Amino acid sequence: MTAMDAYNFAYLDEDTKRMIRRALLKAVAIPGYQVPFASREMPMPYGWGTGGVQVTAACLTPDDRLKVIDQGADDTTNAVSIRRFFQRTAGVEVTEETEDATIIQTRHRVPEAPLQEGQIMVFQVPIPEPLRFLEPRETETRRMHALADYGLMQVKLYEDIARHGRIATAYAYPVKVEGRYVMDPSPIPKFDNPKLDDSPALMLFGAGREQRIYALPPYTRVESLDFDDHPFVASKADHACDICGATESYLDEVITDDQGGRIFVCSDTAFCRSRQEDRQ
Amino acid sequence: MDMQPISGGFADAPRQSALAFRAIIDVMSRPGKLATLQGATPPASLSVAAGTVILTLADANTGIYLAGDLDSPALRQWIAFHTGAPITTADCADLAIGTWADLHPLDRYRTGTVEYPDRAATLIVELGETPAPNASLTGPGIKDRIAAFVPGARPTSFPLGLDLILTAGAQVSALPRSTQVEFA
Repeated sequence: MTAMDAYNFAYLDEDTKRMIRRALLKAVAIPGYQVPFASREMPMPYGWGTGGVQVTAACLTPDDRLKVIDQGADDTTNAVSIRRFFQRTAGVEVTEETEDATIIQTRHRVPEAPLQEGQIMVFQVPIPEPLRFLEPRETETRRMHALADYGLMQVKLYEDIARHGRIATAYAYPVKVEGRYVMDPSPIPKFDNPKLDDSPALMLFGAGREQRIYALPPYTRVESLDFDDHPFVASKADHACDICGATESYLDEVITDDQGGRIFVCSDTAFCRSRQEDRQ
Repeated sequence: MDMQPISGGFADAPRQSALAFRAIIDVMSRPGKLATLQGATPPASLSVAAGTVILTLADANTGIYLAGDLDSPALRQWIAFHTGAPITTADCADLAIGTWADLHPLDRYRTGTVEYPDRAATLIVELGETPAPNASLTGPGIKDRIAAFVPGARPTSFPLGLDLILTAGAQVSALPRSTQVEFA
């Protein structure tokens, strides 16, 4: 008996998938609002993308081609194990090419290649509540969302400016969706925030431990919070990729020795590889 | 014995419901778009698309309200056998099914609360056949604007409101509460 026969299609039982699917539809209908759902234990620890895996499992069809990235890379432990998980339990095709994928599950990055109509991005989310570190009580943050009372978040960004001279938040930078809900875009670098705005792809966010699902339909207005005199800047390391020479992609800093040597390389491995192949 | 209630379900539930759900979330995230929805063969009073939506989304945790003439023993038995979903009154339904006229008055359905706007009903509106566009839609999921058929005004004060799934034969489209409608 193969793993495919041993498990239901895409691992989860049908009752669980229906529950997640109902939550996903409400999330799509209320962009940016966090829908509670009954997250299941998955065969991997919290923090490894259990929320994203459940959303992917609820969306996968036998015809899909799945790409999984972790910090932009297709070949790191988290990405490889989730990709193999769905190969074994759903029998779907997998790919490393952003253009070829129909579903892309991601931890902490949006691919550099432009997303297309019909694609689904699934984000793994650790803390879905953007106000959680400002207000620990769920009852209070829920009321703040109900009243669209987001002054506290503006104060937090202002305190950044007062202390550092600029907004120091570099990742999980809060956004406002269609002028209504303030949303945590998951810990993507703020460099990726503009890619959420008016994207042709459907974006789904799953937080397993915190039991929340939220969504951005395609062509949704997503604004990064800022001030008139301190506008949002999508920053990255001021450098070119030391492997492919790209100047417009998000870079990882890699320590190469114990003498202070370092290089900057594209965080999106598929993007970097395709540029290297083009140059040869 | 009448075999109608136990026939007409998914032959391969995991895969057919996965394909059906992708069509449903595709139209829900792109208001005005039409898709084909197949898999179920419900009793004759219900369209293939509406039957497939029920098999895909309903189970023992979702109350279903059958509006008007749809509320028949045949359909009740079919839903009970395939989904186990309880048939409820309009005010506590998660899914309500019927023609636009039969579903009225619309203020009976739950539209969510300000703290939990997701606790709102989804209406499955049976259109009979797909009518010509009569409205212009804007909002999330729509690039610029799109012409589509909208059965009528719905109570919406975002983020509260009703989400509509429109079915006609094997065709499905959707109108989430986030969509702004201008009638032509």
